[in-house]
Amino acid sequence: MAKAKDMDFEVGNSKIRLGVSDYIVRGIGYFFITFYAVACVFPFLIIIGTSFTSESYIRTHGVQLFPGDFSVKAYEMVIGSGNIWKSYALTIGMTLIGTVCGLLIIAMTGYALQRKDFPLRNGISFYIYFTSLFSAGLAPYYLLMTQTYKLLDSYFAVLLPLMMSPWLIILMKNFIKQIPHEITESGKIDGAGDMTVFVYLILPMIKPALATIGLFLALGYWNEWYQSSLFLTARVTVKPLQYTLYEIVNKLDALRNSVAGQYITLTDIPEQSVKMANAVLATGPIVLLYPFVQKYFIGGITVGAVKG
Amino acid sequence: MARKESVSTGNAPAKKKSILQVLWRYRVLELMCLPAVVFFFLFSYMPMPGIYVAFVKYNYRNGIFGSKFVGLQNFEFLAESGKLFSLTRNTVLYNLAFIALGNLLAVFVAILLNEIRSKWFKKVSQTLMFLPYFISQVLVGLLVYSLLNYDTGFVNEILTGMGKAKWQPYSDPSVWPVLLVLIHLWQQTGYNSVVYFAAICGIDAEIIEAAKVDGANAFQRIRYIILPSLRSTIVILLLFALGGIVRGNFGLFWNIIGSNSMLYDTTDIIETFVYRATMSDFNFSTASAVGFYQSVVGFVIVMIANYIIKKIEPDYSLF
Repeated sequence: MAKAKDMDFEVGNSKIRLGVSDYIVRGIGYFFITFYAVACVFPFLIIIGTSFTSESYIRTHGVQLFPGDFSVKAYEMVIGSGNIWKSYALTIGMTLIGTVCGLLIIAMTGYALQRKDFPLRNGISFYIYFTSLFSAGLAPYYLLMTQTYKLLDSYFAVLLPLMMSPWLIILMKNFIKQIPHEITESGKIDGAGDMTVFVYLILPMIKPALATIGLFLALGYWNEWYQSSLFLTARVTVKPLQYTLYEIVNKLDALRNSVAGQYITLTDIPEQSVKMANAVLATGPIVLLYPFVQKYFIGGITVGAVKG
Repeated sequence: MARKESVSTGNAPAKKKSILQVLWRYRVLELMCLPAVVFFFLFSYMPMPGIYVAFVKYNYRNGIFGSKFVGLQNFEFLAESGKLFSLTRNTVLYNLAFIALGNLLAVFVAILLNEIRSKWFKKVSQTLMFLPYFISQVLVGLLVYSLLNYDTGFVNEILTGMGKAKWQPYSDPSVWPVLLVLIHLWQQTGYNSVVYFAAICGIDAEIIEAAKVDGANAFQRIRYIILPSLRSTIVILLLFALGGIVRGNFGLFWNIIGSNSMLYDTTDIIETFVYRATMSDFNFSTASAVGFYQSVVGFVIVMIANYIIKKIEPDYSLF
């Protein structure tokens, strides 16, 4: 009946022969998904291709998918200035500190808020959740941060606000809720305090949750440009990677600084290829890392899609 | 304000014990929540009194609370100039397009992915479709620019190669509603389709098998089994999304349009206006008036959306 193995449609244990409609749907599937996946990658290839193309060639031939005139000059200039390493160090440092601190606080809060015997849990849950329903808006936030907290030009203005969000706390709470309450109870019967139960019994069991939420936090820090654009002025010389890229893309003097110390005038700067090289360097690590961590994201989205 | 809330809820199970005894008994759990409580107090509740700046004529030297009170004057000016209307219109229309087309495409992709049998193909394509979600909005802006700009853009190179006139989207406001929707779909669909894909995987395989035995073709299975079983997921996600209908995707708009005022007619949303008013014009009163208006309208809409969710699917309501 079935001629080739791939003609069999596997459902459960049985094999049923495919009809014409199956082939049509599958054909559309392969065609459309391929098209869409290529469209997702295509712009990245242009960025990479252009970053390896000489500036004079870009000026006459436009951006390149495959370098028409191969050159690594842009990379030499960006790396040669040394500023990119400082940005890397700052971004990696902030990502590590922010993710670890944020993760710890989110996990503690998530654990306490899912404890059914904790009398304050509804009150605190609402107190946290309310901030996502109603916010003061940008202007009062900006004035508070710069005038009351005096955080203008401080890295804390970038590090602190990204550390947690109501959504991540709810996500953590939902993850921990899946652990039977008996675990906590058995620990308490053995005389352990809440903190001991949390550290020794709960934390080891929520590793997938820690991975997922840690990744959301790390991605937030790595891709951060917004808080930096609000609070880091020109007086700060080393800025997070994505904000450095933001400035290079949007401001000419930032472009010049990115290749500074090489005694060139502004007109000599290979503007396009330097922008692209910066983009590749700022994004490269996260793109290389992400196929390995993708599954944790998928786990997070499916749990997080449901409410808290 | 929150402390009162907490105490009153803590009161109920305490019965005969005093509030203080109960609070003391759960001191460790309270301490575990303390950093988060302080965090939201400092960064979310502390800015709230500053909303007052929307009702004054802000003067840097006098500060928010020393500036002259002008009542609703800031709001009136925004409403009369038509600014409030055009910002709301742009924000809401973009979001409606994002939500409607975004969910449609996500469901479509999820269904097609489900029909594909090759595990290898599925895995690679999902990885590639996820890629745009992982990058910063700054890079999205640069990607779009490198495709569309006048001098060296990829599209214009192709047009020139074919002997056609160059395209100038960065000075043509009429093309951006379509472009921005496409870019948004490009960045979000891989992520959004995951939820629907998981929902499809959750369908009992026996039902689909039985339909096949009964002779249902692929279209019929999608039409009569997969789509109906996705219905509640779709409705819930749509309602959640509609709750945020007055909140714009600032990063997308700012990094692509930025301060290109030629395009504001069709691309200026509440967030971009508030950002410029705050960061470029230092017009804190106007910025805060728009922000406050957005927060109030947004709050009301979330409440309505939640009320509807509670009616149709109580398990999913927010509170």
